[in-house]
Amino acid sequence: MDAPDRPRTPPNDEGVAARSQVMGPDDVSRALRRMAHEVIERNHGLDDVVVVGLQTGGAPLARALVEALSSIEGAPVPLGLLDVAFYRDDIGLRRVRPEAATAIPSDLGGRVVVLVDDVLFTGRTVRAALDALTDFGRPRAVQLAVLVDRGHRELPIRPDFVGKNLPTRRGETVDASLAGVSLVRDPDGDAGP
Amino acid sequence: MRHLLSIADLGADGITEVLELTDAFVEVSARAIPKVPALRGRTVAWLFYEDSTRTRLSFEAAARRLSADTMNFSVGSSSVNKGESLLDTARTIQAMGVDCIVVRHGSAGVPWQLARWLDCSVVNAGDGWHEHPTQALLDCYTLRAHLGSLADRHVVIVGDIVHSRVARSNVAAFTALGATVTLVAPPTLLPAHLDGWPVAVSHDLDAVLPTADVVYLLRMQLERQHEALVPSLREYTATYGLTARRAARLGAEALIMHPGPMNRGVEIAAEVADLPRSVVLEQVSNGVAVRMAVLFLLLGADPPSSAPDPTEATP
Repeated sequence: MDAPDRPRTPPNDEGVAARSQVMGPDDVSRALRRMAHEVIERNHGLDDVVVVGLQTGGAPLARALVEALSSIEGAPVPLGLLDVAFYRDDIGLRRVRPEAATAIPSDLGGRVVVLVDDVLFTGRTVRAALDALTDFGRPRAVQLAVLVDRGHRELPIRPDFVGKNLPTRRGETVDASLAGVSLVRDPDGDAGP
Repeated sequence: MRHLLSIADLGADGITEVLELTDAFVEVSARAIPKVPALRGRTVAWLFYEDSTRTRLSFEAAARRLSADTMNFSVGSSSVNKGESLLDTARTIQAMGVDCIVVRHGSAGVPWQLARWLDCSVVNAGDGWHEHPTQALLDCYTLRAHLGSLADRHVVIVGDIVHSRVARSNVAAFTALGATVTLVAPPTLLPAHLDGWPVAVSHDLDAVLPTADVVYLLRMQLERQHEALVPSLREYTATYGLTARRAARLGAEALIMHPGPMNRGVEIAAEVADLPRSVVLEQVSNGVAVRMAVLFLLLGADPPSSAPDPTEATP
């Protein structure tokens, strides 16, 4: 993300963008499997459970979680996908476009929705998702599963199932996917969490 | 995007952006609660100097599904009848704090004039014989949904071309997306000059039908009958109407479109209008989603012009 005209800094200097891997693909798949067991334990099975992935980062993770849930319990679990662009609170402040399709399989009334996202940061995306869900019915409960909780919440939102708690600085970037989790230090990021 | 005045302003990329965003609003429209809070707190005003029920209703539905507030400045019962100028009317509406004015006017160019005068967004909902860009966008969306792409498709537009803002916007939009357009009309219903229009012209509907992927019928404006542009409506129907016999000669996949309101029995036979290949009602429902996309692009999708991005991206 360096601007091309920025003078090059020596590799080990303080303030150069550096990427460090925190989880590999196997770690991610083990974490998802553990989270699947936790989801089943918490809900005493999978009755009425619907998994909803937040577009776009949460979608492949939600698919993987559904696979893990189904293979453990031996029954299919419905999967939904949700893009929250039209529910964001920063419409008009920054560029907002839906990034991918929303597809919710059925009325969510009475169901237990497990929202899945890649990284939990300020909590604003989850706030938007909670609003969006109410347009598809009134779930009995909504639970939140994230691969990485990186802190810095701006709203009273907490996850129910976490792959990894990863303390970060505000200016850092976290990449989290089935391929792994890595932390990218931003040379312009502010100091301290 | 600040205003939507003409298809030419959008260009192929702009049209494609609207159509792609429309997909998301088609999904919203299909929900049990077809409403999103995207434009909460924004106000859209209708300024319609010409009668229009369907376009105004369609815009109204679009604005409400985006949670925008709407105000109707009904020209018929307002100060315009007391002699207020366009400029004073527009300034008055803007002073009430609207974010967008959707205007229809009998004179070409009025939306441009408003866009120059006002700070709010302006949407052209039809100006004279000139442009009707949201109609062209919804037609493109409907065609794309059926054909996948308009590239190398043959669209035949039949009827009163000269008085049709729908035809002007659609020629621009269809050709921008790569379609070939043939206009079919009697010489009295074609513009005197077609220079610069990327279209073919024919006076023989039967000759072009077999190669048409789409037959787009324009409304025969019955109120123009006194101008003697065609000898009689019966003769027009016999020569240029899409009768059941002509419809039977269309290719297996060919679509029939009409911007409405239809004159059944004039430009389109009653039974033809109800064929499965007639997508007239799809055009109407897509119209709401397309107008949602347009309003969202104008009022919500981007930060105020050139303002720096105030927030770091939140995952």
